[in-house]
Formats: sequence, structure tokens, C-alpha cells
Amino acid sequence: MDLELIITSFPKLLGATLITLKLLSASLFFGLILGLFFAILRLNKNKLVSGFAYGYSYLFRGTPLLVQIFIIYFGLGQIEYLRSTFLWVILKEPYWCAIIAFSLNTGAYTSEILRSAFQTIKPGVIEAGRSLGLNKVFIFTKIQIPIAIKQSLPAYGNEIILMLKGTSLASTVTLMDITGVAKFIISTTFRPVEVFIIAGSIYLFITFLVHNLIKYLEKKYRYQ
Amino acid sequence: MDLISFGDNGWGDELFIATLMTIAVAITAMLIGFLFALIFTPLKLSKNKFLNLIANSYTTVVRGVPELLVIYLFFFGGSSAIMYVAQIFGYYDYIEINAFITGATSIGIISGAYSTEVFRGAIQSIDKGQFEACHVLGLKKYIYFFKVIMPQMLRLAIPNLSNVWQITLKDTSLISVTGLVEIMRQSYIAAGSTRDPLFFYSFAALLYLMLTYLSMKLINRLEKNYSRGY
Repeated sequence: MDLELIITSFPKLLGATLITLKLLSASLFFGLILGLFFAILRLNKNKLVSGFAYGYSYLFRGTPLLVQIFIIYFGLGQIEYLRSTFLWVILKEPYWCAIIAFSLNTGAYTSEILRSAFQTIKPGVIEAGRSLGLNKVFIFTKIQIPIAIKQSLPAYGNEIILMLKGTSLASTVTLMDITGVAKFIISTTFRPVEVFIIAGSIYLFITFLVHNLIKYLEKKYRYQ
Repeated sequence: MDLISFGDNGWGDELFIATLMTIAVAITAMLIGFLFALIFTPLKLSKNKFLNLIANSYTTVVRGVPELLVIYLFFFGGSSAIMYVAQIFGYYDYIEINAFITGATSIGIISGAYSTEVFRGAIQSIDKGQFEACHVLGLKKYIYFFKVIMPQMLRLAIPNLSNVWQITLKDTSLISVTGLVEIMRQSYIAAGSTRDPLFFYSFAALLYLMLTYLSMKLINRLEKNYSRGY
């Protein structure tokens, strides 16, 4: 055990935590919007529309996240046309490429979580709303969404933790998040165990916070 | 299409071998995972608080830390750990473990944590009467486990194990950072030398999709086999 290394590398890794948290929150935010959008498409009666949403979630859940990042970061830059559009401003930054890949990935999982949450809502609840003369939008925003949030909280909590672990892949496209910095320190000092302990504890601490936040929210949204 | 032709001009044969390598790593990792699950599931179910603590810290730590970090730990720390042990026995030469073993072990340990949780859940949801009945009938311990508990447990565990398999299969792509030539690494090499990353990474995605699709089909058949009689 090299205590000195632990003490010197702790602040470096803590600084990198900020990037990890930024990546995590941005991709969760965009992923939630994408997830909600595709969950609604999935429940559409039109076979073509729901098939499109199914294809999206199948594609992103069936392939590794690493492939998705590489396609977006290395692959899209190859298309000449893209280089001349304003999209190139975003796509040349590894930071935004990582966020795009993570958002699309977590969006696919979130759409599955939300879809099953919407499907478990008892039809009676919606019928009750309709017989009270509420309009479709009102029923959706005030009845279906709150119930769906409550139903999907445990599964979504798992998804947040999976995404937290997923952000470590940002280090493969040159971003210095916790794992990126950890790898840098390991490859310069050849002390994997010490670095693993610190980096691992930071990740575990974030996991612990997320776990407790979800527990608190579950309690809050429980039926009275 | 020339790019994926077999032979000297294309990458078809290389990618085919890389796909076999991915399958081999995934299966080895899954088996190593079962081995870990076999050790840690009893610890998790035991009444001893200390043994519980060991098993719980294994599953919590491994499931809460990114896979990539675990792989780096084994990749950089694996051979020095083994050399340290070897030095105790008086062996001072340099030992290098190959990438396959490092990769399969690190993915196996991750997969084992998920399998442990699955087996624990499955055993806990077996009716208590089954255990009591075995006790009353005075069945021998291994008959009791292999003939009564195991078949029921597998029926409950297979759907969740199929999820673990999918996770394990996708995690193998991370081993490419250690230089083992599986699908991801081979695509990286091909993309580098042909300057056509879009095509090769998309092709890699297609290969993974094919693997997940085929394994789903196989597991569904297995699931049917184990749920006959229900």
C-alpha cells in the first residue's frame, strides 16, 4: 500500500468527478426526454410507428455502448456532408459525442421502463378520467404520468446507476472523467490497487447517494 | 462489400475469427461467473452475519464500480499480483498472463456478482414447504439440492440469467482495451488501416445484434424446456 499515492491522487480524481457528474446529468436529462417520446410512440396503435420505436430500443439495447460511442465519435466524422453543416461544431467535440451516445443509449432503456409503467396502469383509472369529461392531454399529464413515475422509480434508479457506470466509457474517447484519470495515474505509477480503491469508492459513494435518493422518492410517491 | 470479403483483401475472415473470440470470452466469463455465484450464493443465504457481509460487499462493490475500472485493475495488476505470489514460492521470473485469461476473469467476476443476485432471488422464492418436505423425507443433502431445489431454482432463474448473459456479452467489448482481438478490437484495427470507421463499427454493431438475437432464441428454447409441467 502506498499511502502517499492515495493522498496525492485523491484530489485529482475528485476533480474528475465533476466531469463524470456533468456527463451523467446531461445524458440522463436528454435520455429521459427521448425515453418518454419513444415510450409514447411505442404505445401508438399504428404498427409502423410502434415498430420504429421498438427498432430503436432493440438496436441500442442489443449493442454495446462502446460500439455506439465509436460509431458517433469516429464514424460520423467520416461523412463529408456532415463536416460542412453546423452539426460538425458538436460532433467534433468528444464531450458532446459522448453525451449523444449516452443519451441515445439510456433513452432506449428508459423508453422500455416507461412503456411497461404505462402498460401497467389499470384501464379503469383512465376510463374514470374520461367519464369525468377530462380531455386527453389532461388525463395524460395529470393521471398517467404521475402513476407511471411511481411505477418506474425502482427500475429507473437501476438505470441511473448503470448509466453512471456507462459514463466511464467516455475515457475511451479521450475525456478525463474518473476512469480516464484513474487509468492515467495507473499507467504512470503502475499502482492499480491504490487507484482502484479511491476511484471505486468515489463511484460507490455516488451509487449510494442515488440509491438513497430513489428510496426517498419512492416513499414520497407512495399511495396514501 | 470488398471490405468484408474473405481472404487477403478483405476483413471478413479476421472479423469471423474475432466473433468466435467474443463468443469464447463471453462463455468463459459466464462460466467463471457461475463459479463465483456457486461460492457466494450460499454465503449470502447463510445465517452467519460475517459471511453475509463478505458476499454483500462482493456484489455491491462489483455492481457499483464501472466494468472498465475492474478491467484496468486486472490488466495492470493481474500479472504483478501473480508474480508476488510466485515470489513467495521462490519463482522470480517475469510472468505475463495472456489477455484472454485477464479479460475472461475480470468479466467473469462482474458477471458472477449479477448471477449471485439472480440465484439468491430464485432460491428465496422457492416455497418453504419444499425445504421442509425434503427435511421430513430425510433426503441426502446432495439429492435434496440437485433433484429438488435446483430444477425449481433454474426455472425461476433462467429469464434473469438471460439478462446476465446479455450484459456479459456486451461487456466483452470492453476487453478490447487490453488488446485482445475480439470484435471491437478487430474493427478498431480494420477501421484504422482502411480509414473507414463508420463501416466497420456499424458492422461490429450488426455482429453484436446478431449474437444477442441468436442467444435470445436459444435461451427461449431452454426456458420452455425448464418450464414444462407448469
